[in-house]
Amino acid sequence: MSTNELKGWKEIPIGGVIVEAGNSARYETGGWRTFRPLMDGQLCKNCLFCWIYCPDSAIEVEDGKVKGINLRYCKGCGICARECPAKAIQMIEEAKVSAGE
Amino acid sequence: MGKPVAMTGNIAVANAMRQINPDVCAAYPITPSTEVMQQFASFVADGKVDTELVTAESEHSAMSACIGAAAAGGRVMTATSANGLALMWEMLYIASGNRLPIVMTVVNRALSAPINIHGDHSDGMGARDSGWIQIYSENAQEAYDNLIQAVVIGQHRDVRLPVMVGMDGFIISHSIENLELLSDQEVKDFIGEYLPLYPLLNIKQPVTYGPLDLQDYYSEHKRQQAEAMKLAKPVILKVAQDFAALSGRKYGFFETYRLDDAEMAILTLGSSAGTARFVIDRAREQGVKVGLIKLRVFRPFPMKELQAALGHLKALAVMDRCDSFGAAGGPVFSEVRSALYDLSPHPAVVNYIYGLGGRDLGIAHIEQVIRDLQEIRQTGCIRELLTYLTVRE
Ligand code: SF4
Ligand code: SF4
Repeated sequence: MSTNELKGWKEIPIGGVIVEAGNSARYETGGWRTFRPLMDGQLCKNCLFCWIYCPDSAIEVEDGKVKGINLRYCKGCGICARECPAKAIQMIEEAKVSAGE
Repeated sequence: MGKPVAMTGNIAVANAMRQINPDVCAAYPITPSTEVMQQFASFVADGKVDTELVTAESEHSAMSACIGAAAAGGRVMTATSANGLALMWEMLYIASGNRLPIVMTVVNRALSAPINIHGDHSDGMGARDSGWIQIYSENAQEAYDNLIQAVVIGQHRDVRLPVMVGMDGFIISHSIENLELLSDQEVKDFIGEYLPLYPLLNIKQPVTYGPLDLQDYYSEHKRQQAEAMKLAKPVILKVAQDFAALSGRKYGFFETYRLDDAEMAILTLGSSAGTARFVIDRAREQGVKVGLIKLRVFRPFPMKELQAALGHLKALAVMDRCDSFGAAGGPVFSEVRSALYDLSPHPAVVNYIYGLGGRDLGIAHIEQVIRDLQEIRQTGCIRELLTYLTVRE
């Protein structure tokens, strides 16, 4: 969230309560990532385990098939890679990705 | 007006709870507050209330369950003392930070070690920065009246803060006194229907309690709490006014006795006010111009009002039933003296720490305080800023 969106104390609900369901979409957790999941479409069986397990709903699915991983939300926890029965996901260090390795 | 009944402070408070009929009570027993929940549990068992009684495994869990129930949208109450309040510590801040108007009786008691089960204010005073409104009671009648008012204060839309109502352990909690109860219907009408602000049980409007609140918003939420304490002041007075119309019993931030023409005064809170009044009457017969101020509301602290009430005095003795080791003095002293700093001239203010662990405050002790005040009045000098009264040398 950028600073110019921040509200004053008179404008926000009391008690730190979030009164708007689903507003976590506005909170991008992708910046936390040190490992990036790389999915091999050849190996994927579309079992959707990764979609169920991902704590940040970063796995995008269309028509019952995995479409990709939304890196704005993927925090790199590696749960998808661990749970994937087909070993279709590998965790790669972000530094290496950006170095183009 | 209700007919007089004889009850201990604890039983009076349990009856207030019966009449309030909260949705949920979660509690864990601790002397001297145990009897409150024990009596209330009988009311639950006898079907006199609709309350869901949760017998938790510790005070930390009791307050946690209260927080959950209050977030769900219930009117929630509990009671505790001393180490029980200390074990609730972390949850006290969560209750106030989440802005849940839980109402709790604190039967004030000394904190261990050494272990002691008797009355002093170390427990409540330790929680003075926890964001709870704090009201102290002199006797069983006040404990009953304050608890009923606490419900209305805490739930007010400008306030939405938890409230603790104190009474001195054993001295009030276990002594039988005459008091008047309101009728069940009067209490029901006075407290009204509880309208929760963001109830978790309202599935049509899902909300999240307790999300992470970091550098970007935590300060704003704390600022809101400070504002709620400020706004609680007019609400406390309005509720007291409505309560007086109903019961004939008047309350404010404090009560004064023979203070208007006084040159010297004693400031105290809780049960010792009765003894002080008696000694003040005797001193007045001797022509000593001394009065009393009994502080009822400690949070929010009535700074401006105390300035107006005490500014004309030459000397003031602040009585603390609690020490704040290594501080400028007891907690009440530090704040009262700070409140008077802006006045010019301001009264000389001295501090007495007394009655720790239930030690009796006798007539002779208060006579000593008045003698000290007279000396300050005459000489203009303070010999001892802080005196440990009721302690053997
Ligand atoms: S690494 Fe974690 S956050 Fe990223 S897609 Fe996999 S499960 Fe989701
Ligand atoms: S868990 Fe593995 S196989 Fe299953 S959908 Fe996800 S990537 Fe494909």
